[in-house]
Amino acid sequence: MSEQTKARSTADALRADDKKDAPAAAGGGPVGAVANWMDERTGSAKGISYLMKKVFPDHWSFMLGEIAMYSLVILLISGTFLTFWFVPSMGETVYNGPYVPLKGTQMSEAFASTVRISMDVKGGLLIRQIHHWSALIFVVSIALHMFRVFFTGAFRKPREINWIIGLLLAMLAMVEGFLGYSLPDDLLSGTGIRAMQGFILSIPVIGTYISYILFGGGFPGQDIIPRFFTLHVLLLPAILVGLFTAHIILVMVHKHTQYPGPGRTNKNVVGFPMMPVYAAKAGGFFFVVFGITALIAGLVSINPIWMYGPYEPTMITAGSQPDWYMGFADGALRLLPGFLEFNLFGKTWSFNIMIGAILMIPILWTIMGLYPFIEKWVTGDNEEHHILDRPRNRPTRTGLGMAAITFYGILFAACGNDIIAIKFHLSINDITRAFQIGLIVMPIIVFWVVKRMCLSLQRYDRDLVLHGRESGRLVRTAKGRFFEAHEDLDDYERWALVAYESPAPVDLESATDENGVRRKSARKDRLRARVSHYYFKDRVEPVTPMELASAHHDGQAGEQIESHPDEAESGHMHGGAEEIGAAHAYGHPSPHDKQD
Amino acid sequence: MTDDNEASISKEPAVSHNESGHAVATRHDDHALPERFENPGLPDHVHRQGDNDEAAARRSERQVATLFGLSMLATVLFVVAYAVIGKDDNVTLPILGKVHALHVALGVTLAVSMLGIGLGAIHWAKTLMSDEEVVEERHTLRSNDDARADFVKVMSDGADSAQIKRRPLIKYSLGGALGLFAVPLGLQLVGGLGPFKGDVEDLRTTLWDTEVPVLGADGKPEMKNGKPVTRPRRLMRDPDGTAIRLSDVTLGSVFHVLPEGINDTEHPINQKVKASVILISLQEDRIKNTRERDWGINGVVAYSKICTHVGCSVGLYEQTTHHLLCPCHQSTFDLTEDCKVIFGPAKRPLPQLKIDVDDEGYLYAPHGFDQPVGPSFWERG
Repeated sequence: MSEQTKARSTADALRADDKKDAPAAAGGGPVGAVANWMDERTGSAKGISYLMKKVFPDHWSFMLGEIAMYSLVILLISGTFLTFWFVPSMGETVYNGPYVPLKGTQMSEAFASTVRISMDVKGGLLIRQIHHWSALIFVVSIALHMFRVFFTGAFRKPREINWIIGLLLAMLAMVEGFLGYSLPDDLLSGTGIRAMQGFILSIPVIGTYISYILFGGGFPGQDIIPRFFTLHVLLLPAILVGLFTAHIILVMVHKHTQYPGPGRTNKNVVGFPMMPVYAAKAGGFFFVVFGITALIAGLVSINPIWMYGPYEPTMITAGSQPDWYMGFADGALRLLPGFLEFNLFGKTWSFNIMIGAILMIPILWTIMGLYPFIEKWVTGDNEEHHILDRPRNRPTRTGLGMAAITFYGILFAACGNDIIAIKFHLSINDITRAFQIGLIVMPIIVFWVVKRMCLSLQRYDRDLVLHGRESGRLVRTAKGRFFEAHEDLDDYERWALVAYESPAPVDLESATDENGVRRKSARKDRLRARVSHYYFKDRVEPVTPMELASAHHDGQAGEQIESHPDEAESGHMHGGAEEIGAAHAYGHPSPHDKQD
Repeated sequence: MTDDNEASISKEPAVSHNESGHAVATRHDDHALPERFENPGLPDHVHRQGDNDEAAARRSERQVATLFGLSMLATVLFVVAYAVIGKDDNVTLPILGKVHALHVALGVTLAVSMLGIGLGAIHWAKTLMSDEEVVEERHTLRSNDDARADFVKVMSDGADSAQIKRRPLIKYSLGGALGLFAVPLGLQLVGGLGPFKGDVEDLRTTLWDTEVPVLGADGKPEMKNGKPVTRPRRLMRDPDGTAIRLSDVTLGSVFHVLPEGINDTEHPINQKVKASVILISLQEDRIKNTRERDWGINGVVAYSKICTHVGCSVGLYEQTTHHLLCPCHQSTFDLTEDCKVIFGPAKRPLPQLKIDVDDEGYLYAPHGFDQPVGPSFWERG
């Protein structure tokens, strides 16, 4: 009884401050009234105003991830439309629709319904094409976004988790794409599923079991399309959307990275607030992405399944290629030599298939997932990083990244070896051989070339800071010598070129401690020192004020020249040439700041 | 770590240390230079034309409104196109050629309707909304020490209150239960997805291993000793399903072949995947392999059409070189050398199907393949 009273009094106490006073006037008419109604029930005013004030930096490369995000939304919308007409069944049917060439053909209901969407449902073809195109754009933009993140070092602390979430999203996007592409049960995608079953069979010990589980018995059976459908429309989208949400929340929590520039530090983020600028720009960009996808879908036909016909295991078309994002795996299968398959202990080991189709993606993804931690181990750097690297300022990382892209690119090109052979009238054997050699040699060459290019660009930056830019104006001295006047960079331009860290290789600590005892970590330290040396031995340090001053000073040591009085007054000398320092008015934004 | 130096934006040169204690901009005296350049801070804001010029701003306003208006117009046109254009109408356009009129009209109008909104909003943001950059502070993500201590306390108090450390019996039995609870669900799922065929019999056999009943004059199966009389399957043309006479197979011709009676099986497609065969007539003296010659007739040989790599149809035959090429991954098989792999990622030759001629002059397969067809699998051995 007393408990009850107490409970009631507690409840009463809670109600006591239930707006006896008039609520703070919302103001702003009906909008304000709605906001007031919501806030009194959710208390969301604070959180929303925080979000609306959030600042995002501007740069074109930050839009790549945005394209992926919007493509995902477009996929969800167009995909939902498609489910209203698509029949995920392998039941046999005879086509009787309006498309004459297929009349009377035996086909699965999945294929028949896809033809119906394309031919019979008004605007259905447009939705299908939007769905397929935006899937391709989704994966492209994920890949490009990943390149941006890698080359600018945006994966460093505190963003390692988001790098890994991103990798998972990339992998899921590819799998989701493959599943969706398989659903229409046309000749090309059926051949793709057939090849996939071949891949699965190559898995040691459990390969045949997985195949039976997946296909509900022998290939192709009756189950694969309905099962793929459930995975494609329910399971994977749920995981994708969940991971994507986590990805975005972490971007909010970390606040967006920014490129180095005047006023930008590791402790701030400089840009434009969500309300109104990014609401308009990003919101508008969604419509731009959707609009361009619709335009491509309307004008460029993709996957015309009615021309391929239904899946028929005895038929095949020349030029069988998967969607682009699966191309590299298919290319790997074309390059792996047959001798990698052998019999051992009475079992068949098909490494010629397994390496490309089963092992490669997990291995590549593991390496990519570990990279932030490897680099952190090499640099020993435990700081948070919110200022992006210019790729040239990290020559080894940039070289590694480009080598990886080369590796990927060659695999991708190898997937089109038959097309290349036909278009260029070359022997397919020669092309394949060249790709096999290139796959091993080219990444090494590319790494070396790119690293040298980065170092060279860094030296160019140094030169620019030290000696200014060539003004294109010739100056003649009293003695008749000619010089090209150089213009000093202003503080803002210079900052973009000198605001980077150039880590030195870590020194090898003595292998023994102060008591002469061999330290446990000696071997690990030696490895680390070696890797660090490899990473950072070739380094170009940013110009220091001292160096700039001495560059100017050396210049003044040269001969005095006569020219326009303004220049003579204000200039510095560079190897005898006149500097026009004041010609560039400070206090104006440099061209580097115009980022959008 | 000049980046870390917040104060450097304020153009104050006096700061000498950042948080991590690195010397950032040490000055020995008034004349000495700092070790590193200092962040010059945000440049002065430059106003756009529209910020000062109302006419320019009004022009922007009109442009934005025009784009939004264009979007509405395109939306109306979409509706009109949807209503007016027939499903089967075609139209010839420059570059694109003959296209599906409704599809292109809907695509373009939808695109313009979207792009109008998008470009309008972006133009609005770029020309009329404030372009003065805003600076937001960042804070280290790490919680402060009090919060972390509190977290540890909450967790350890909770564990203490639950007595999980003091009562290992609960700890381990809970661990065991949680570790196992998914087993029934997993078992049901995996168990139900099969059926498993542990002997992988279906991967080893094809329809060619079985025979068809012989039909009597009345169209019913002939019986002998209460059992239907059977004979080996004939080679039938794919897709028309007619039997092939040896005389039909002229030199250099290619036949795509399926076993007789394949459409009477429960799942013809599952049989086609394994049983499809390519029949080719070669000059007998060019066949280098004795077995190959023996299993054929007068240079007419039959091979499995399923690639031994990952199972695509080896559908491309090059007559001049006697090569069979798989269009999926370009494995190339030489027909004159028992279909051994001469290029590409496949390892094993295509299995040969022994053929013969029956009393009526039709080709048939006396027995099935002597090895599994198609891609390799673990148990193949």
